[in-house]
Amino acid sequence: MSKPQQSIRTPLGQVRGLGSAKHGVGHFVSQRVSAIALVVLVPWFLITLINAVRGGYDGALAYLSEPLNAVLVLLAVGAALYHMRLGMQVVIEDYIAKNGTKIALLILNTFICITLFAAAAYAVLKIAIS
Amino acid sequence: MSSWTDKRPMSPHMQVWKWHLTMAGSILHRMTGMANYVGAFVVVAWLFATAAGPDLYEPLAGLIDTIWGQLILFGFTLSISYHLLNGVRHLFLDAGNGFAPKFASLTAGVVFVLAVALAVAIWLLAGLVPGVDPLNLAGAASVGAAQ
Repeated sequence: MSKPQQSIRTPLGQVRGLGSAKHGVGHFVSQRVSAIALVVLVPWFLITLINAVRGGYDGALAYLSEPLNAVLVLLAVGAALYHMRLGMQVVIEDYIAKNGTKIALLILNTFICITLFAAAAYAVLKIAIS
Repeated sequence: MSSWTDKRPMSPHMQVWKWHLTMAGSILHRMTGMANYVGAFVVVAWLFATAAGPDLYEPLAGLIDTIWGQLILFGFTLSISYHLLNGVRHLFLDAGNGFAPKFASLTAGVVFVLAVALAVAIWLLAGLVPGVDPLNLAGAASVGAAQ
């Protein structure tokens, strides 16, 4: 029983360390950390959002004018966009074999998520700081 | 296959593998993740429309109020509740727990049922189903509007 513990990694992989994406387990960990944040933020967002929408446009405006709501909405949307960028990245890497298409889609994915965040941040801050 | 010497596990080959609850659950996790990606556009559009003013907010609210809008919104609710509940299950799996085949299938099945129940409960409790308002939210809103 003196056999070393079996690893799922190849000997070459163990020597090289960070793997073919050069990020090691960073992506995996980021995906889980954002998931833990979302387990709390998404239920809060759903409940308060549904309540706010009942009041129509004025209700929505009042909801986002509250400082605490504004901060938590930005956290929820930011964590969600970060999480979904990581998730879509894995999907693209898994299913798109052609290198040029893959890189183009990965860049598009990044641009989409950052653009959505910029729009959300502008919207929430405009309402909250006025 | 006889020349295959790599001892590491292969990923499931969908054409030849028998369907399992765990496999269906994993595939659905990906699909709902991608659906939520699309749904994020709607959430950001709602935030942006609120900032832009009633000229943009009212048409968007009207669009969501149509039957198709409501169907998509319920689908998004289902997608969110499944991805959220199965995501919690995945966090436990990632920590190395719950891999016994029977138990893993059980938790996958439980998540399916709970996800549907959660989405339906959200719609019923929020008064999003016409004629159903157990928390009397509509009454509370009209009192608030009268003040």
